[in-house]
Amino acid sequence: MAILSISRTAKQIVLIVQDYSLFAWRAFLNLYHPPIYYTDFLLQSDVIGVGSISIVVLSGFFTGGVLALQSAATLSAFGATAVTGRFVALTMIRELGPVLTGVMVSGRNASSMASELGSMVVTEQIDAMRALGVDPMRKLVTPRIFACISMLFFLTIVSDAFGILGGAFVTVFMNHQNGPQYFSMAWESLRYPDILQGLIKPLFSGYIIASIGCFYGLRTTGGTQGVGRATIQAVVWSSVFIIVADFFVTQILLSIFVS
Amino acid sequence: MSENSSLPSSGFRIAGSPTRPSAADRPPVVVFSNVSIAFDGRPVLEDISFSVVPGETRILLGPAGVGKSVLLKLTNGLLRPDKGSIRIFGQEIAAMPEEQLFPLRKRIGMVFQEGALFDSLTVRDNVAYQLIQERVPDDEIDTRVLQALTFVGLERTMSLYPASLSGGMRRRVAIARALIRQPELLLYDSPTGGLDPVTSTTIIDLIVKQRDVHQTPSLLVTHRIQDAFTLCTNYFDVETQNMAPLPEGYPNPNTTFLMLNEGRLIFDGSLHDLIHTQDPFVREFLQ
Repeated sequence: MAILSISRTAKQIVLIVQDYSLFAWRAFLNLYHPPIYYTDFLLQSDVIGVGSISIVVLSGFFTGGVLALQSAATLSAFGATAVTGRFVALTMIRELGPVLTGVMVSGRNASSMASELGSMVVTEQIDAMRALGVDPMRKLVTPRIFACISMLFFLTIVSDAFGILGGAFVTVFMNHQNGPQYFSMAWESLRYPDILQGLIKPLFSGYIIASIGCFYGLRTTGGTQGVGRATIQAVVWSSVFIIVADFFVTQILLSIFVS
Repeated sequence: MSENSSLPSSGFRIAGSPTRPSAADRPPVVVFSNVSIAFDGRPVLEDISFSVVPGETRILLGPAGVGKSVLLKLTNGLLRPDKGSIRIFGQEIAAMPEEQLFPLRKRIGMVFQEGALFDSLTVRDNVAYQLIQERVPDDEIDTRVLQALTFVGLERTMSLYPASLSGGMRRRVAIARALIRQPELLLYDSPTGGLDPVTSTTIIDLIVKQRDVHQTPSLLVTHRIQDAFTLCTNYFDVETQNMAPLPEGYPNPNTTFLMLNEGRLIFDGSLHDLIHTQDPFVREFLQ
C-alpha cells in the first residue's frame, strides 16, 4: 500500500514537471509567433513593475542598512570599517539585490497571477476566452512572463541602488563614518562581471515567478478553496526555485568569469 | 391561417408526423459518432451519437450532473473525447490541435452556465471581446455592440461592469456576446439555470427570436422541461416583436430533443416522440 502511494506521488511529480516544462516552453515560443498582445504586455509591466516599486525600495533600503550595521560591527574588530561601502555594494549587486527582489516580487505577483487566473478558471472565464477564439496562453501568460522578466531587471537595479543608499544612511548617520569614503569604496570595488552577475539573475527569476504563477493559476480546480491552494503553491514554489536557480546561475557565472 | 400570417414558413407540421428535419439535403453542422469521455477513470459520457442539421435547435435534457455541459464543451473542442469522432462544419475536431480550433470556435457562439463574463471588463468590452481582439475600428464596435445589446434589451448597460448586473442581465449580456459575430452554430449551457420564471421566459424569448429570425442551428442544454416545451411550442412574431404560442398540436418542427441519463443518450427525437415514448426514465423525467 505504501509502495503504491509512493509510486502514485512520484508519477504525479513527474507529470507536474512535464506539464510545467511544456507550459513554460510554449509560453516562451509564443513571443515569436503572432498574435502578440503588446497592450497586455504594457498593462502587466505597469502592474508588476510600477506596482512593486514601493516594496522593492523599502526592502532594498533596509537590507542595505542591515548589511552596513552588521558589517561595521564585524569589520571594526579588524579596524576595517572603511570597507563597509565595498561590502554592501558587492553583496547587494551580486546576490542580495537580485534574490531579495525576486522573492519580494514573487510574494506580490506570483500570488496575484495564480489567484487572478485561478478565479478566471473557476468562473469559466478561461473557457469563455477559448470559446471566443482567443488563446489564454498568448493573451494571459506570455505577456505576464515577458513583463515580469523585463520589470524584474529594472526593479533589481532600483533595489541595488536603494540598498547602497540604505548602507550609506547607516554608515553616515548611525556609524558616523565618512560618506564620500563609503561611496568611493563601493564604486572602486565594482567590476563589470559583478554587475553582469546581478543583472542576469533577475532574468531567470522573472521567468520563474510568472511561469509558476500562471501555471498554478491555470491548473486551479476545486472552486475558491482551489484558488487559495494554487496561490500558496505558486508563492512557495516560485520562491524556492528563485533560490535554487540563483545557486546554479551563480555557479555557472562564477566559473565563466573566473576562467 | 390568416391570423397566423407572421408564423415562420417552416413553423407548421402536422402533429404526430415523423420527426426531425431531413439531413439528406443539408449536411449536418455537428456530428457526434460514438463519443466517450471519462474523468479520473470514471465514465461521464459513453457512446454518444447524434447530429445537428442547419436551422435545427436541439434541446439536450437530463438531470443535473449527467454530463450535459461536458457534451457542450466537447462540441466546442474545449474538452477532447477519449473515443469517437466529432465533426463540426465538416471538420474532425476530436484530435485537432488547439491552434487550429481557435478559428473554428470563432464561428461558434457559446453561452456559459453562469454567463462567464470577464468581470474586469465593461459590458461593452465583454460583448465586443472578439471584435477588439481582431482590431475592428471603435466606431464599428460601438455600432455592433449596440445592435447586439438592443437584441437582448440591454442597450443602456454598455458602460456597466458585470458585478452591477442581475443574474438575468448577465445571462442576456452573455447571449449578446455569443451573437455579435453572427455565429453559424450556437451552444447554450443551461441559459435559464438559477433564474426566476419571469427572467427565464425573457431568456427563452431571446433564444426563440434567434432561432426564428436567424435560423441559427443550436444545441441547448437544460434540465428544465418547461423551458424546453416553451421553446418547442412558441414562435417569434416579427410584427409584435414578441414570442407567441404556436397552434396546439403544431410544435416547431426544427426543435427536437435529446436526453441523457447516466452518461448515455437514451432519447433522440421530436416533441411528439418525447411525449409518447415508453422509456420509463423519460416518462418519469417528464412528470
